[in-house]
Amino acid sequence: MVKKQYAFYPGCSSQKGATASNFLTSLDVVVDKLGIQLNEIPDWNCCGASIGYGEGGELPRLVINARNLALAEKELPGQDMVSGCPACWLATRETHERLAEHASLLAETNEALKEAGLKLNNTVKARHMTEVLIEDLGWEALKAPVVKPLEGLKIAGYVGCQTNRPFGIAGESFENPKYLDKMIETVGAEAVRYEQKVACCGGALAFSEPDKSQKQIRDIVESAYDNGADMIVTPCQLCQANVEIYQSEINKKHGTKFSMPVVYYTQLMSVAYGGSAGQAGLDGQVIKADKLEAVAKK
Amino acid sequence: MTTANQNALAKYKNNFLKEVEANVEDGHWVKMCMQCGVCAGSCPLGPHWEHSPQKLFMMIRAGKREEVLGSDSMWMCTSCYNCIVRCPRKLPITHIMHGLANYAHRLDLAPKGQPTRDIAKLFWDNLAKTGRVNELKFSLAMYFKDGFGQGVKNAMAMQATGLGLLKAKRLNPMEIIGGHKCKDISGIKKMIAKAREIEDRRRGLA
Repeated sequence: MVKKQYAFYPGCSSQKGATASNFLTSLDVVVDKLGIQLNEIPDWNCCGASIGYGEGGELPRLVINARNLALAEKELPGQDMVSGCPACWLATRETHERLAEHASLLAETNEALKEAGLKLNNTVKARHMTEVLIEDLGWEALKAPVVKPLEGLKIAGYVGCQTNRPFGIAGESFENPKYLDKMIETVGAEAVRYEQKVACCGGALAFSEPDKSQKQIRDIVESAYDNGADMIVTPCQLCQANVEIYQSEINKKHGTKFSMPVVYYTQLMSVAYGGSAGQAGLDGQVIKADKLEAVAKK
Repeated sequence: MTTANQNALAKYKNNFLKEVEANVEDGHWVKMCMQCGVCAGSCPLGPHWEHSPQKLFMMIRAGKREEVLGSDSMWMCTSCYNCIVRCPRKLPITHIMHGLANYAHRLDLAPKGQPTRDIAKLFWDNLAKTGRVNELKFSLAMYFKDGFGQGVKNAMAMQATGLGLLKAKRLNPMEIIGGHKCKDISGIKKMIAKAREIEDRRRGLA
């Protein structure tokens, strides 16, 4: 089978030993079973994330993203760029679109890129991994490799913000996107009703405004419990970290007894496709996803 | 008062809207706001700020320069993009909030010690050093931003969280002596410096 090729932008949090390293681990089985080849963009850099604007301003932020696009254009010609991280994707796609719209910004960007020996023609499309799975592979293809359906698992599909807004998946609504629920069902689990599906976890303000963000996280976790979920699943690295890690803080402050596992959609797919608990990165959970591990060990 | 601020005051006199249109990211959209308030009702941190985007836009038009640039409201933006997708006139509100925050920060009119302002600077400085974010150094810099004593307290308070991540191999103590970085660090530094130079010149901040 000829593999589909993509210029891959992993992003800082997915690196070894970083907060979302288990996302990257779980992606291996998924891309392997689906016939996708991810070619890492050589020497990619940080996208500036959602907090880079404060010091970085507009042009420096566009330029750091343009560097990744220029590297992909030069080193992996003809391939769409794909990122697993919504912040990376958002920043890159925003850059691509804004530079396409404003010739003067593209000229300024190229003046700065020259300092790093690069030039951007702005021909590379920036996409998110979920887009690639849904649009390029399709639901039938995503279902085909399922050998261990996640029967009996009740899962709250937490889409969060940046995978969903401002771009999102074509054809989905911003207020009630359905694709994550559909992914849960594709791997044989049950998607519970979940009114917090597009709520904000506080993002980077989890660091600077912990109480305000933890109020958001509390609602997100509580609703999963109220709707009978065994775990939350998300496509977002920052959502995953915030919603999982701060449960113990919330318990300390409010006397709650939260212990709700938060996993990536790729971890569900990895297990359903026959991956081991280790291959699904389940040893990377701070709150163990016991029910998912049990399926992996079946 | 910074020289850049004095220059801006002299250049734009009493026309703050013009200043925002020229110097703030997507600022030319401000006058398109029709004051419906959907952005105000859509913000997850709505209960925590004094000035909604809608109010800020009206204040800009009314020339309330100090109040706008000194407000901490735009620093409450979590970048959730609710306001952008719901705005009936499609104003890129999130970007304008980011732009206002950045402009206020660069003119040094933003509130001193505003926590999101502080960590935004730490984050950018962290990534600009090696091309990639070093999560450990960033966390430590955040804990210790208000001095050593407070830093130890902060680090102790978050000890359990850190250990949980360590156990899950999602925090690497070795990052402190190096960690992930780009190969072309010098090119990246020069590129960022050039971008800042161009933008500062354009905005009268140079």
